[in-house]
Amino acid sequence: MALLEVDNLKTYFHTRNGIVRAVDGVSYSLEAGETVGIVGESGSGKSVLHYAMLGLIPQPPGRIEGGSVHFDGMDLVQAPAKALRGVRGKRISMIFQDPMTALNPYMKIGSQIMEPLRIHEGVDKKTARTQAIDALEAVGIQDAEKRLSMYPHEFSGGMRQRVMIAMALITRPEILIADEPTTALDVTVQAQILELIKQRQQDLGMAVILITHDLGVVAGMCDRVLVMYAGRFVEAASTRTIFNNCKHPYTRALMDAMPATQQTSEMLYTIPGMPPDLSQPIPGCAFAPRCAHATDVCHEKPTQLDRISDGHHAACHRLGDLAL
Amino acid sequence: MTTPLLDIRDLKTHFPVKRGLLFPRNIGTVKAVDGVSLSIHEGEVLGLVGESGCGKSTLARSIVRLVHPTEGSIHFMGRNLAGLSGEDLRKARPQLQMIFQDPYASLNPRRTVFDTLAEPLLTHNIVPKNEVTAEVNRLMDQVGLAHRFVRKYPHEFSGGQRQRIAIARALALRPKLILADEPVSALDVSVQAQILNLLKELCNDMGLTMLLISHDLSVVRHMAQRIAVMYLGRVVEVGPADQVFHHPSHPYTCALVSAVPLADPDLEENRARVLLQGDPPSPMNPPGGCPFHPRCNYAEAACATERPPLVDSGGQRQTACLRLDELP
Ligand SMILES: Nc1ncnc2c1ncn2[C@@H]1O[C@H](COP(=O)(O)OP(=O)(O)OP(=O)(O)O)[C@@H](O)[C@H]1O
Ligand SMILES: Nc1ncnc2c1ncn2[C@@H]1O[C@H](COP(=O)(O)OP(=O)(O)OP(=O)(O)O)[C@@H](O)[C@H]1O
Ligand SMILES: [Mg+2]
Ligand SMILES: [Mg+2]
Repeated sequence: MALLEVDNLKTYFHTRNGIVRAVDGVSYSLEAGETVGIVGESGSGKSVLHYAMLGLIPQPPGRIEGGSVHFDGMDLVQAPAKALRGVRGKRISMIFQDPMTALNPYMKIGSQIMEPLRIHEGVDKKTARTQAIDALEAVGIQDAEKRLSMYPHEFSGGMRQRVMIAMALITRPEILIADEPTTALDVTVQAQILELIKQRQQDLGMAVILITHDLGVVAGMCDRVLVMYAGRFVEAASTRTIFNNCKHPYTRALMDAMPATQQTSEMLYTIPGMPPDLSQPIPGCAFAPRCAHATDVCHEKPTQLDRISDGHHAACHRLGDLAL
Repeated sequence: MTTPLLDIRDLKTHFPVKRGLLFPRNIGTVKAVDGVSLSIHEGEVLGLVGESGCGKSTLARSIVRLVHPTEGSIHFMGRNLAGLSGEDLRKARPQLQMIFQDPYASLNPRRTVFDTLAEPLLTHNIVPKNEVTAEVNRLMDQVGLAHRFVRKYPHEFSGGQRQRIAIARALALRPKLILADEPVSALDVSVQAQILNLLKELCNDMGLTMLLISHDLSVVRHMAQRIAVMYLGRVVEVGPADQVFHHPSHPYTCALVSAVPLADPDLEENRARVLLQGDPPSPMNPPGGCPFHPRCNYAEAACATERPPLVDSGGQRQTACLRLDELP
């Protein structure tokens, strides 16, 4: 039994401008202790997918239209709010993409870090304080004691992000959902934080879902990678396979767009065109309008994830005859 | 030599840390920027990198005067911004535009994209009233946003899309100097490449000058002619981008360059990193002498007491390290 099993999850937003199919039928499973990377275009639904799993979609306009998320014998989609509160922030923690909206600007950092301990574990104030100091030091924030009485705006961007990480880890979760956890960190602090996450993983058997656009981080951290485009997965494979032998043209394009792999001073390679409007029906493959290899069938017939080999799936009509 | 567009001398920005609501007392001082001198020439892109919390954003915010510098001068187009206030400051502001690290916090949630972009155009008379719509559309094209998004609110966008709006807003005023604080860190690689290309084009075509803060060294190297490296409120190295990146001279820069993650699982597994030992220091309680000495493999007794000045270290580069000549 997998630790977490997402099956055909759909989350739409009902807006004045139509129904935005942000997540449109996504399935995956997660085993204890593993790290799965989620990559994909901005707006492809990576964050919404995971908010939906934890019941954090604003309703309205959002709505989970179907599917299930099984965790420890419970379907998180159907679970009553109370049961969900016992899971969220305790057994499944999330590091939010944007620390400023996730942190309360009017509350001292210390109280915010201690909150999950006080709520979920009934820890007394003094113990919570000690643990909060430890947690801040673990993410490399010095003078932790004084920092507890400061407010979010008095922290640097990267420090706020590290506060979120400290908060997420403090309850020793079974699953950590890290949504762009290191975007605001320089590489040395990033290396330190990723090391900390790996350490916790070894100590606690924690599973990690790592949403990131940094393919370098993916290469160093993830066992498997799921590539998302326009609300669906278009490729799923082991990290090595994704880097060395990807089969979906979008995955290929993503690799080619990395600044690190490109020459300096010239213009960088970008994927031509724009992501599709998710409020309009997409008859064929969502990537077809931007794909250099698209043929008629790509524009007309929807794709599905096809098996290429064990653990390697891709959703492309031209799997058989393309060499990328 | 021409005068630089921006010339910062001995800039310090310190924040008091207070505790207590009714009778706040000082429990310390954060020396966020602690004696920085830097200059940027017209048309140049200067990259600024450094450890999280070392004062990069505070430096940028001091330049646009979102925070008050404690000491020092900031000469911009012949005027000292550090001394400006009131009307003079308001007049200087459109020339200096900031793109923030955090696209969420910097956009007004109650304004549509149109309002966000049209407002500065109207307030500062950038285009005649009847051309505002066309100008908004042009700005949206420039940052790769479809026109159909024009009536949408920030919450309807993903993180990446929001950052494009923020960039479009900064461009609206046709500024002389852009201070971009992690402008692409919220974007996926493809969009990141688009935005970097866009910024580069703007710099080339419009002669835009930019201070580019990014923790992503490959981004900085791609964009900047020169790179400045900060550590704990000070500049420890500044020089031509290629040199700083390929032949770092300060021990902190060496560690930084070697920690860049490689987008290759095999290389990642077998690489040698100069992992920094010890903890990042606290700007409330900075170590004496060289701020990096407690974590430096080459530190000797003098490094703990003497503050190294930023001195020429060959090839248009400056480095602040006492042991420069003896380093491998
Ligand atoms: N409250 C909302 N109302 C309407 N549409 C929304 C809302 N929240 C998200 N969306 C839409 O859902 C889609 C998926 O957004 P999501 O934030 O999950 O993208 P993402 O993959 O996390 O992108 P990024 O890499 O930029 O963070 C986007 O097209 C976005 O515009
Ligand atoms: N308004 C403020 N009040 C008190 N301290 C502040 C304030 N703003 C920033 N600081 C402190 O100044 C130091 C430098 O912060 P700054 O945001 O400039 O760092 P940074 O280099 O931009 O870091 P990052 O890469 O994480 O964004 C930090 O210790 C921070 O806590
Ligand atoms: Mg997201
Ligand atoms: Mg910053």
